[in-house]
Amino acid sequence: MRYAIPLVVLGVLLTFFAVGLRHDPRILPSPLIGKAAPAFSLPVLEFPQPEATATPPLKSNADFLGKPLLVNFFASWCAGCQVEHPFLMSLAKAGAVTIVGVDYKDADADVRQWLGSRGNPYAPVLADLDGRTGIDWGVYGVPETFVISASGQVLHKHVGALTPEAWERDIKPLLAAAP
Amino acid sequence: MSLLRSLCLLLLVAAFGAQGQVTVEKPAIELTVEQEARLAELLPDLRCLVCQNESLAESRAPLALDLKYEVRSLVAQGKSATEIKHYLTDRYGDFVLFRPPFDPRTWLLWIGPFALVLLGLLVLVRQIRSTRRAAVRAATTAKPADPAALKKLLDE
Repeated sequence: MRYAIPLVVLGVLLTFFAVGLRHDPRILPSPLIGKAAPAFSLPVLEFPQPEATATPPLKSNADFLGKPLLVNFFASWCAGCQVEHPFLMSLAKAGAVTIVGVDYKDADADVRQWLGSRGNPYAPVLADLDGRTGIDWGVYGVPETFVISASGQVLHKHVGALTPEAWERDIKPLLAAAP
Repeated sequence: MSLLRSLCLLLLVAAFGAQGQVTVEKPAIELTVEQEARLAELLPDLRCLVCQNESLAESRAPLALDLKYEVRSLVAQGKSATEIKHYLTDRYGDFVLFRPPFDPRTWLLWIGPFALVLLGLLVLVRQIRSTRRAAVRAATTAKPADPAALKKLLDE
């Protein structure tokens, strides 16, 4: 009885430590979850490269309603994007989900070369040259992947390279549940 | 601090790669002296999300520069500090603020330490009272010593 209170306090502290140590401070919860995806209007990166004079068509939220998607912020200069790229390719090949790529603060030529040599899992690639759309979506370090419902709601955000584990655990069930 | 900064820079290089990220030249935003002062007051309260222990005022991370530019343009548009903080928390969450807001989710954070001190004081006061009471009780209820037993003890 004498030791009951210190033991309880110790237990509480240990629980806090256990939870705290597992928590990665670099992964921040997104305030966008459950809300409508932030509005965007971005030029499409067309393949093959069109005439230099042609203005690329713009795409916005409305163009992607009707089916769930992944919106993947990536860049050719980003290391984590190289890591997740093969997995995104396998998702695209299997036709598991539509992946919209947002090329974040990247030079046109760089991303064309990058996707040209590695394959393009995106349908389509949108170019966020100045990073404004990234700010509106709360992107603080590529790669970041958002799960968007058919009605345009943000269901989930994954920070860092997308792994098969994260896909199976967090994203696949969401896509299966959302009509 | 300089060690921290260089570590942070190293991390940045690792995260963003030394080359490649495009910086778009944006038009400079002219502010009045009063607006500059408001901006200078606001920036230290905002966190750089890449170098998490630096404020937007200190950080030179690309994202921090972008956000600084956004905040600057919001100040130029005449937005209040509250509106600007809302603009940022709508996108990045409360984490972007160095001083979290006082709401049901942060009650424990704000009140917790004071509650703990209060609890400690209460326990202390109870402890002191009960020892004092025990001492008083012992003094008033003590039986007078048995002379025979005392003598026996002294003889030993």
